[in-house]
Amino acid sequence: MTRLTTFDKALLNLLQGDIPICSHPFAELACRLNTDEGTVLARLRELKAAGFLRRIGTFFDSNRLGYHGTLVALKVDPSALRAVAEAVNRYPGATHNYEREGAYNLWFTLLTPNAEYESHILSEIRSLRGVEDMLRLKANKRYKINVQFKLQ
Amino acid sequence: MAISEQDKAIIKALQDDFPLCEEPYKILAQRVGISEEEFLRRVKELVDEKKIRKMGAVLRHREVGFNANALCAWQVSPEKLDDIAQIMSAHAAVSHCYDRTPAPNWNYNLYTMIHAKNRDECEQIIGELASMTGVTNYKILYTKREWKKTGMKYFCET
Repeated sequence: MTRLTTFDKALLNLLQGDIPICSHPFAELACRLNTDEGTVLARLRELKAAGFLRRIGTFFDSNRLGYHGTLVALKVDPSALRAVAEAVNRYPGATHNYEREGAYNLWFTLLTPNAEYESHILSEIRSLRGVEDMLRLKANKRYKINVQFKLQ
Repeated sequence: MAISEQDKAIIKALQDDFPLCEEPYKILAQRVGISEEEFLRRVKELVDEKKIRKMGAVLRHREVGFNANALCAWQVSPEKLDDIAQIMSAHAAVSHCYDRTPAPNWNYNLYTMIHAKNRDECEQIIGELASMTGVTNYKILYTKREWKKTGMKYFCET
């Protein structure tokens, strides 16, 4: 695996913040790093290919786009876990899906444009073979969402 | 709160991977069928309207050395919830903090995601959060396996 250089870390720290909204955003980032646009773009493509970057893009406030979010916990018979996890993954609104330690062993977030649609999806999931219980934890207030890892 | 058809087209263009090229917004604007200038203007407005909360990168945290990742569910008395959530949110190791309606037989109402290099460090952070807030009833739910993590695709429901 590629080792991160000091330059890489500075670039990734900057890129986790904000991509400038202007005609040549990578030239502006390059300027802040005392280098040129071509160097920044070439290195970003390499870091992406090497798997360090999950996604470069735009992150929306789902509530302000009219969506609402629920965290769902399932208690799944371990022998059915893979099949249930894959079934959950097929819903586009299930954006994060993790196996966790504990009695409730599958946790996913679900974004939907309305409550009826959410209920419909959750009743389908509840009826999957191996699903023994379901917790539905509706989000009320988001205090923080800031996935930034400061690289040193 | 209606979102215009043109905004939906802009949002759809933006939610795909950001082009790594010299003029990325020009490419996205072409997909929508508007000028780059108009696209940039509207993107800035979407930021001002707080519909866009960030333009940037998300790293694969395991690849950059964060190996212990836990969802921590806290049971907090409702009258202290707001204060405690703000204290927890101020901690750098907390990436997400949400207040949620609990479920029957599951009386946890505050949820934080915590990222650390290893389990010892993760538990030390959770200990700090507990002592800073006085919350004694909590559950640490370590990530065993990631089955999916993706950005949402908005306005694509059939």
